[in-house]
Amino acid sequence: MSAIIVLILISITVALGFLIAFFWAVKDGQYDDEYTPSIRMLWDDNKPSKSKEKDKNLNANTKKKQ
Amino acid sequence: MQEDAIIETAICCYHCGDECNDDVLYKDEKAFCCRGCSTVYTLLKEHELSDYYQIASAPGIKKSKEKRTGKYAWLDEADIRDELIRFNNGTLSTVVFRIPSIHCSSCIWLLENLYKLSEGVQSSTVNFMRKEISIRFDEKVISLRQLVELVDSIGYEPEINIENKDKQAAHINRDRSLFYKIGIAGFCFGNIMLLSFPEYLGLNHIGGIAFRELFGYLNLLLALPVFFYCAIDYYRSAWTGLRQKELNLDLPITLGIIALFGRSAYEILSATGSGYMDSLAGLLFFMLIGKWFQSRTYEQLSFERDYKSYFPIAVTRLNNGKKENIAIEKAEVGDILKIYHEELIPADAYLLDDKAAIDYSFVSGESDPVMIKNGQSIFAGGRLKSPSIKIRVKNKVSQSYLTSLWNQESIQQTNKNERSLADKLSRYFTPAVLFIAVLTAIYWGMEDWGKAVLAFTSVLIVACPCALALSSPFTLGNAMRMLGRSRFYLKNPWVIERMAEATHIVFDKTGTLSLSENAKVEFIGNELSLELKAKIAELCAQSAHPVSRLIVDYLGVQNGAASLSHFREIPGKGLEALLNGDRVKVGKAAFVGLDDRKALNAKSYVSVNGATIGYFTLAYQYRKGLSGLIRKLKDRYKLSLLSGDHDTDSTLLRKWFGEEVPLYFRQSPHDKFRYIERLKEKGNKVIMVGDGLNDAGALMKSDVGIAVADSINNFSPACDVIMDGTELNKLDKFLNYSKKSIALVKVAFIISLLYNTIGIGFAVAGMLSPLLAAILMPLSSISIVAFGTSSTWLLAKKHRLQNPIDKVNINKKYNTESNRNIEQKLIQQV
Repeated sequence: MSAIIVLILISITVALGFLIAFFWAVKDGQYDDEYTPSIRMLWDDNKPSKSKEKDKNLNANTKKKQ
Repeated sequence: MQEDAIIETAICCYHCGDECNDDVLYKDEKAFCCRGCSTVYTLLKEHELSDYYQIASAPGIKKSKEKRTGKYAWLDEADIRDELIRFNNGTLSTVVFRIPSIHCSSCIWLLENLYKLSEGVQSSTVNFMRKEISIRFDEKVISLRQLVELVDSIGYEPEINIENKDKQAAHINRDRSLFYKIGIAGFCFGNIMLLSFPEYLGLNHIGGIAFRELFGYLNLLLALPVFFYCAIDYYRSAWTGLRQKELNLDLPITLGIIALFGRSAYEILSATGSGYMDSLAGLLFFMLIGKWFQSRTYEQLSFERDYKSYFPIAVTRLNNGKKENIAIEKAEVGDILKIYHEELIPADAYLLDDKAAIDYSFVSGESDPVMIKNGQSIFAGGRLKSPSIKIRVKNKVSQSYLTSLWNQESIQQTNKNERSLADKLSRYFTPAVLFIAVLTAIYWGMEDWGKAVLAFTSVLIVACPCALALSSPFTLGNAMRMLGRSRFYLKNPWVIERMAEATHIVFDKTGTLSLSENAKVEFIGNELSLELKAKIAELCAQSAHPVSRLIVDYLGVQNGAASLSHFREIPGKGLEALLNGDRVKVGKAAFVGLDDRKALNAKSYVSVNGATIGYFTLAYQYRKGLSGLIRKLKDRYKLSLLSGDHDTDSTLLRKWFGEEVPLYFRQSPHDKFRYIERLKEKGNKVIMVGDGLNDAGALMKSDVGIAVADSINNFSPACDVIMDGTELNKLDKFLNYSKKSIALVKVAFIISLLYNTIGIGFAVAGMLSPLLAAILMPLSSISIVAFGTSSTWLLAKKHRLQNPIDKVNINKKYNTESNRNIEQKLIQQV
């Protein structure tokens, strides 16, 4: 029976991980704008600097919210 | 087919896509309609941003011509800057603007590449749905003013006004907390269900008592955040309801939640049962999803605008002859302000200069500019049509004539009936449930008090009206989205209820029924020779009067073809001048020397050397399908028309509306407001259909304010519904649809009450097992959601409320800007 207890604890931990991932996504602003990113991803990345700029953006956003 | 032919022959601007008129500018073998467009093109090309034109075709925004340098000088002021900057970490500042002209993917691309145009911009992020841009920039390199000027120079004029300074960010946090709650409720629901499986399957005795206890305690632990965090909004709402002595639907929900949690906790802790924690978590999970569903509104539209959104943020004050920029609310009585051409008058004031032409169309709906002389009053909200003037402030901004409309107590109290049908029902529902619960408790209490408590809580649990609470958000929420597909955008789902109850519809004329800027000009009389046309055009070109402008457009002659001298403009009468030696007069009948009484106001007579040669007629164009719409509405509603304009078209309107409909002309914003007030006092449920700021008071006062807009993202006062002007002729369909949707909500209520009755039956008999609750509750919720969404969808299909995609191209020439926005929206809806 103790095997079941261990399994349950593991399953809850995994689920908690997903919950934290969801919180992270919400906090990061993924649900603030559900439309613009879908357009943004269609642009060609012809300039290599662009992806870096994106990262900066992301950091910028998180900082702002704190 | 014909449509295609027209588009092919016309030369369209590479930048903005508008048809180019006579003077086409060419650059790199590309056509541009004006210097503004070609300048932006050059700028973008220099910075290797030509991709802008590859993402969407002709994405640019035509720049309005009037621009004075120093337009944004007030952004240098420290207090204004401090209020606009959202965040500053020492080196970088963050600022958020609303840019209404964002309309396509190219806009997003360009605005997010701002850093290529200026060193100082570190990054920029666009939120397309909100039409907002958030820019991080270094103020040491580029000042806030320069930044705004940069954004403005590429055609995206930011909307900076008092309103969006006041309230922003606040709602983001609220939205997010709902997501957190849904996440937690979902997580707990899933896990509690899993831990309750042994209970469902009757396996709970297998592992022995320790096993069962562990599961019970885990369930209790998981239910804690649901009970103390996720459900908090329901407690608050029930409490506010109680304090206002109203029994809203959240009260039985709160009772149900508390009964569920309390009884389950007791059962688990006393090891007498396994509790109903799964039902509790599931209930909240579904209800929170319902909340989210009904909170999804049209973020890009603003339904709450009052005068603040129209007024600029700062004005120029003259302090001992020195110019300084001050925030608009700081303008005190007695201050001298300088107002530039095309600017709004921010407060009631006296004119200090000799004369000024003020266009009050914004306030009163009247199209003719008014001439003001030295010392006379100017009212806030007028737009200056003549060169810059100085004024002395008479009333503070918040106490001006126009703004006082908003400060009236009756408007402040115009708390529109936001109480939903479900809340009305709960006035009977809550007492009934409590009655049954108490009765059951008394019945069982005669045998055994323990059983009585059980039965009492069972009734409260099973009567918890979750399905009832879900029926109207899902049914009406979906109905709202269906209406949105026909470009009829509601502020919230409850508007449908008020629309369905309406008895009286009041229309505004200018801008609502008629197209204010598309008046049709015609010349009646002998055919004009080319020479004479040139003379009249030259004369009319001297005046800023809208009728003169229309005549110049109609004649279509290049300026400067005739030499002009001795020009004279008499406001309200007409124009005259010597043209190539001939005395030409254009104006009212009396002005050219005709008998005034027979002549109509809407005609502009032309005389050459004293001889009248004919007149121009001006007919406002009305929206298509109006007469049919009015005929259909007349049978079912009482109608009225309130116009701020003169009664020039009264015969035509009379023909459409018939004899019994009251038509009022020359109505001020206050008149309109009072008219609605009187109708409401008589017990009518009023729908007001209007457009500009002059209808704002009436729109707010009415039960349902419908703002008609040609470009839905630009200009609409506070209202409940924003509708696209081209869809006005379908108004009867929308009203019908809302009536039927309400009927569907009632059906959903009956279904959910049926579930409640079955449940209460079991509860009264003391037979409510956790398994039964776990099945009954989600089943009722899901079936209600399915019914609500599918039935409104079918109804929309039946009423042919579908995407008007086919229309987009046909109307393109008529209103490109709004169609672009709509196209985007359609893409996103599909």
